[in-house]
Amino acid sequence: MDTYEKISVLLSTAFYDGATVPHCRTCRGYLAVWMMENDIFDSIVNGNISYELCRPISIYNMWFARSMATRLARAVLRCFPILIVAAFIQQPYGIDTPASLPHFLLFVLSLILGLAVTVTFCLLVYVLAFFTISPQGLRIVFISCVEFFSGAVIPLPFFPDHIRSIMELLPFASMQNTALRIYSSSIGADEIRRAIELQGFWLVVLTAAGKLLCRVVVKRIIVQ
Amino acid sequence: MITMEHVCKSYKIAKRNAGFGEACKALFHREYETIHALNDVSFTIRDGEMVGYIGPNGAGKSSTIKILSGILTPDSGTVLVDGRVPHKNRIDHVREIGVVFGQRSQLWWDVPVIDSFSLLKDIYSISDICYQQSLEELTTLLNLSELLRSPARQLSLGQRMRCEIAASLLHRPRILFLDEPTIGLDAVSKLAVRDFILRQNQTHKTTVILTTHDMQDIESLTSRILLIGKGQILLDGSLDDIRTGNESIDATVAELYRTYNI
Repeated sequence: MDTYEKISVLLSTAFYDGATVPHCRTCRGYLAVWMMENDIFDSIVNGNISYELCRPISIYNMWFARSMATRLARAVLRCFPILIVAAFIQQPYGIDTPASLPHFLLFVLSLILGLAVTVTFCLLVYVLAFFTISPQGLRIVFISCVEFFSGAVIPLPFFPDHIRSIMELLPFASMQNTALRIYSSSIGADEIRRAIELQGFWLVVLTAAGKLLCRVVVKRIIVQ
Repeated sequence: MITMEHVCKSYKIAKRNAGFGEACKALFHREYETIHALNDVSFTIRDGEMVGYIGPNGAGKSSTIKILSGILTPDSGTVLVDGRVPHKNRIDHVREIGVVFGQRSQLWWDVPVIDSFSLLKDIYSISDICYQQSLEELTTLLNLSELLRSPARQLSLGQRMRCEIAASLLHRPRILFLDEPTIGLDAVSKLAVRDFILRQNQTHKTTVILTTHDMQDIESLTSRILLIGKGQILLDGSLDDIRTGNESIDATVAELYRTYNI
């Protein structure tokens, strides 16, 4: 563990609950925004997108399916070793069982929603990449924003209350934290409902924005 | 039936001079040059026809193919392919066409070719029976049986091109667009590809539109040629129309380009 990770372990122990720690690592492979698909950027830059436009599916749906699949595949491949090791490790680094069955079901629901929110957010970046010659800049800007707003740079609890309450309404917190906090039951029933509603809300907004933008882009696309 | 009437398409290209200063200037003020890729292009192609589309580099051949396959939206003019407007009903349209871009690859790079094919089967929702039939037919005709299990990245260009063509025909399109299908192929592969295209046109009555710089392709495949230069159709006729004597076909075409000053 490097220093950053040690600190984030300490912080999450302090602010959420020790049980979340091993999950953080699993979830990174699954929900991390910076894991965008290079294939998609490449196809936009080098024009292989022509072939994707020759398929009888909307590119938005195709990319959505593809990103979901990549992330799920990676998470599934990675999670077992981590979970097995975590099962044998002592507290506070070990893994707790979820607080109750409903908590676990809500955790799964929230995890799926979190994944969908992350993917739709990435899709927005892919679509925006049509407007630029190189998507590198877009990528850096978006990833930095996500890191800042999701509390990866400065943990959210360190922000002043009124700023934090705004940041918690943004989609970035609902990408990663919600599921973990439900699992460890560090938030109450009311908060869980609000958090899941927020995820649902962002999912709808991001999908609508992505689809709309995609339709505009496909009309004015130029392929050499 | 394919009709294009008075189709225009232009691109805007940002230009600047060399140097750091110019690069900074371009951040604030950019100069664009408009290039008319297609300028009032009209033609009609009947079902089952095989048409060679020729012209020098940058004449607008690929733009035409991309407009016909629904990828690009024309600036003006009407395009109708079997009663559909390609760029408006893109999804319905592409179900009925097959496209091969000789310079690109539609096969997934790391997985065996057969996996790419079965993914295409799902994308086009081809029924199991149809898929098996097409696959068998294409495998025999294009001699693919040895190639299907290797990843696309390890195939030679000629082998890959045969697979690319098969991939574009799995869903049995009625129209096939080939954009430089024989580019970079050796003599044997070229002959195999030509032979296959010819047979496909005869047995399945597939309409074929072919762009190429290889005049032997045109000579052995197509009865009708369309010559495009500077975004305009300059000639629509048969090879015999342009033959001037018994020079080689390449010399004839070079002569033709010179007369049209393109």
